[in-house]
Amino acid sequence: MRRALSEIAALLVGDPQADRLVPPTGFTARLTLITSGIMAFLAVFALALSLAAGRLAERWGEELSRSATLRISAPAEQMDEQTEAALRVLETTAGVARARALSEDEQRALLEPWFGPDIPVETLPIPQLIEIIEDEPGYDADGLRLRLQAEVPGAVLDDHTRWRRPLVEAASKLRVLGWLSIGLIFTAMAAMITLAANAALAANAQVIAVLRLVGARDSYIAKAFVRRFTLRALSGAALGMVAGLVAVWFLPAAQEAGGFLSGLGYAGAGWLWPLIIPPLAAVVAFAATRIAARKTLKGLR
Amino acid sequence: MAGGRTVIELDNVAYSYGGGELLSGISFAMQPGSFHFLTGPSGSGKTTFLKLCYGALVPTSGQVRLFDRDVRTMSRDDVAMARRRIGVVHQDVQFLDHLPVADNVALPLTVSGRSHIDELANLRELLGWVGLKARADALPPELSGGERQRAALARAVIMSPDVILADEPTGNVDWEMSQRLLKLLVELNRMGKTVMIASHDLGLIRAAKTQVQARVLRIANRQLHLAGADL
Repeated sequence: MRRALSEIAALLVGDPQADRLVPPTGFTARLTLITSGIMAFLAVFALALSLAAGRLAERWGEELSRSATLRISAPAEQMDEQTEAALRVLETTAGVARARALSEDEQRALLEPWFGPDIPVETLPIPQLIEIIEDEPGYDADGLRLRLQAEVPGAVLDDHTRWRRPLVEAASKLRVLGWLSIGLIFTAMAAMITLAANAALAANAQVIAVLRLVGARDSYIAKAFVRRFTLRALSGAALGMVAGLVAVWFLPAAQEAGGFLSGLGYAGAGWLWPLIIPPLAAVVAFAATRIAARKTLKGLR
Repeated sequence: MAGGRTVIELDNVAYSYGGGELLSGISFAMQPGSFHFLTGPSGSGKTTFLKLCYGALVPTSGQVRLFDRDVRTMSRDDVAMARRRIGVVHQDVQFLDHLPVADNVALPLTVSGRSHIDELANLRELLGWVGLKARADALPPELSGGERQRAALARAVIMSPDVILADEPTGNVDWEMSQRLLKLLVELNRMGKTVMIASHDLGLIRAAKTQVQARVLRIANRQLHLAGADL
């Protein structure tokens, strides 16, 4: 741990003399900078996707788990009676915070997406819906079903489990996909930086040979390359992160009608999460360049 | 030839490359403060011999000892540390072309972590000694062949190494300059440094023998021989 910390400190402080030994290379410098920038930009979006999916899964799970619907199917002349009986049962059920029968307008609004506006719900044989809001720790669904079976034969309790689970699962998978994307982005970044480092090491074979000739240790030579690539990756990723955050900032704000996509972004302290991307890119560059440098140096005497 | 305390020792060394044996049965001990010339026709293995002497090559068989340590058992860091005690002047002098001459000459100090500020006076004196004071800020590609050789020599000696190995150090310079470089190497030997020069310039060797007690070795038919008195 102490060794790692001293290595990080040495990396940050640097050695101006050692830094000058590696000539400033053109395309490998730009490649590292641009790759890190693009990858950080993409990582900002993948992170936003992951966090948004997480929030969505949480919200869906929470909202749906706290509400249930009671559907009453009965002949028209018994509908009011059964509705009242059901409401009475619900009022006396522990764990039910409140229950109310949906009005005709609300039922019409629910059917509107399928049947269009102005449906004459009062003339149609559609069931009466009762919205149930739970309190903590919730009600006993099986017990409530048994009571309803005895007292309101036409009532069917839907606690939303059937369609809540796939929704929450979908959101959770989306979150995993986001994290997987971040993992792939950083793996691709490592591969690109390794290629750039190998190219730089090959282009500087003479520099390395001269340094070995005058008694430079492998760690000294590797450090000169590692520091350069790490700092390039750090600065490229910082630029990419800022660009990504600006792009996310300008995405449409979350709206009821906009659905999931308009909610893609960061919320509250979540805006701090992308700050981890540049240091992470630097760590990836550090490891990739170090491995590449050590491998190259081992091939030389 | 081995005996006593040595700085570099080769014991029955062979070196093969590309399926062919370049050197065979080489035994040699370099005593501290000695002066050697290494001769032989082009392609006879002089450069290979020198590379074996500073651990750039590992023998195919036999043993090379640098400062009493077998090269085979030395770690890469050990080899690097040994090279700080051996100044090498290459035939194809290599520099870091993006750094000025002064920084190239100071390279051994830089890599060993010694401060430039403390060594600045030494560096200036050394550049003056090899006649490059006025070229200190020039980049290596701007130097002439002779200037490059002198800069390489300055770089080889800046750490005050125990041994100086020079591969054709006068290869690219005129007679006057080669005499000047020889004088520098003789002076270093008088200061107690062990010197070995690989050269096929017999005139240079004869000139050296008037200034210093030098042993002349010749590589012929993959073997190392002590050259005759005619040299």
